[in-house]
Amino acid sequence: MQLQQMYQEIILDHYKNPHGRGLRDPYDAESFQVNPTCGDEVTLRVHVVDDVVQDVSYDGQGCSISQASTSVLTDLVVGKPVGEAFKKMDAFVELMQGRGQVEPDEDVLEDGIAFAGVAKYPARVKCALLGWMAFKDAVARSQGAA
Amino acid sequence: MTTTAAPLDVTALRADFPILSRTVRDGKRLVYLDSGATSQRPTQVLDAEKAFLEQHNAAVHRGAHQLAEEATDAYEGARQRIADFVGADFGELVFTKNATEGFNLVAYAMGNAATSGPEAARFVLNPGDEIVVTEMEHHANLVPWQQVAQRTGAVLKWFKLNPDGRLDLSDVDSVITPRTKVVAFTHQSNVTGVINPVSVLVAAAQKVGAITVLDACQSVPHGPVDFHALGVDFASFSGHKMLGPSGIGVLYGRRELLEALPPFITGGSMIELVKMEGSTFAPPPQRFEAGSPMTSQAVGLGAAVDYLSVVGMERIHAHEHALTVAALEGLGSIPGVRLIGPQDAVDRGGAVPFEIEGVHPHDAGQVLDSLGIAVRVGHHCAWPLHRCLNAQSSVRATFYLYNTLDEVDALVDGVREAQKFFGVA
Repeated sequence: MQLQQMYQEIILDHYKNPHGRGLRDPYDAESFQVNPTCGDEVTLRVHVVDDVVQDVSYDGQGCSISQASTSVLTDLVVGKPVGEAFKKMDAFVELMQGRGQVEPDEDVLEDGIAFAGVAKYPARVKCALLGWMAFKDAVARSQGAA
Repeated sequence: MTTTAAPLDVTALRADFPILSRTVRDGKRLVYLDSGATSQRPTQVLDAEKAFLEQHNAAVHRGAHQLAEEATDAYEGARQRIADFVGADFGELVFTKNATEGFNLVAYAMGNAATSGPEAARFVLNPGDEIVVTEMEHHANLVPWQQVAQRTGAVLKWFKLNPDGRLDLSDVDSVITPRTKVVAFTHQSNVTGVINPVSVLVAAAQKVGAITVLDACQSVPHGPVDFHALGVDFASFSGHKMLGPSGIGVLYGRRELLEALPPFITGGSMIELVKMEGSTFAPPPQRFEAGSPMTSQAVGLGAAVDYLSVVGMERIHAHEHALTVAALEGLGSIPGVRLIGPQDAVDRGGAVPFEIEGVHPHDAGQVLDSLGIAVRVGHHCAWPLHRCLNAQSSVRATFYLYNTLDEVDALVDGVREAQKFFGVA
């Protein structure tokens, strides 16, 4: 069934038991992103010390795809240097915009590879990228403020 | 609205809509429950567009040749038939790109009134003047008014919603006051299907000399509408929601008002006399149709109102009412499903929005799509309405003349399937 291809168990697990959820202190910058077609929103904070992502915390309401991808994001970037986190982000964006033609690298994206099936549904790509756009924006703000 | 007319022969009607016999998502029968967003077109409309393009295509209102004459006749003939369909006179209908443009046309033209001639004085918005809308508006009949208020210093006010999703009209006179210049409201909510009491709002507006602007996008396609009888000043609706083409909308304006209204978009075709120092403008409707207009779309919309007239708007309304009653009952009986807006089908068109506890609307829509069922998810361009009714977003099923009770059953089964898939059943 196509549905299972899209909603991999990993995605449903992250949706039901999200990692890193909740807004926390300390943080350097915060970003609020909204998907205007469905009203989904996320508020995401980053705490960066010596160019390393110390914490990502977030809150929001949204579909399983947007919530799960933000949960995966925290797994992927927390504890990583900003440059490496951005490389992972680029890989995830490339996967999501690949219309299902991009082969994901599990070493880079870990649980993120579960979103390969989502990439076949153009209407859901925005959902998967909502948290990542917030992360990118928040890091840029934190660097701007530094 | 009640009718004693014979019920629709939906099986026969469906044969007119080629798209309804296609399959989606690996061979699933298409169950199209998204006509509130865009409706499907019958062969009669598609053929009319094609015949126009194959036989009569030319620029309208210009050219000295036979094709230009035929194209102009087809374009203006469509205007006449659409006018008859909505209870308006020929010169009272302006073709627009879509309904949204119609609302912007009125809002911008009013914004231009201060710098136009004395005939436009009644449209001038001064600081402190009031524009009244409602919390159930589609963004198309809300944002243009926010913008013109911002530009002119007018104040935006609104009717609130009751918890049941209907307008709170308990104190009309405190919202519509002698300072009110415009009352803009929807005939039928695109989210909940609620049909508003037009006569109450028109009477209150007329008492203070305010102009009424009706969003008729969801009413004109689904039941009998007569703008003269309703007494509204302006109304806007779109072609693609009434079996017609996209790329065409219609603005109705009471003749006396259209004649005094300054233009919005300017350029070719809308002028009377052009000199380097300045220009004068054509009478309506040409004054509001600048540039080369859409042509096959107008012809297609003319064919759509012919089709709807033959079927009968009373019968279409009754048919959709039966589907709405069935959907409310079927969805309402599922534990964990919350119907948004009114729980009954009184004064309501064929739109049923709902939420499923534990399943985000976008995910519910995905499960339904995998079963071949097309619905709308999100806030349906009515974000304030969703906020009022405590919904972040919703799943919306909308019905039209070609939908069946079997399709309502498929929707209800599909919702149960979504609950099962996300483990909340």
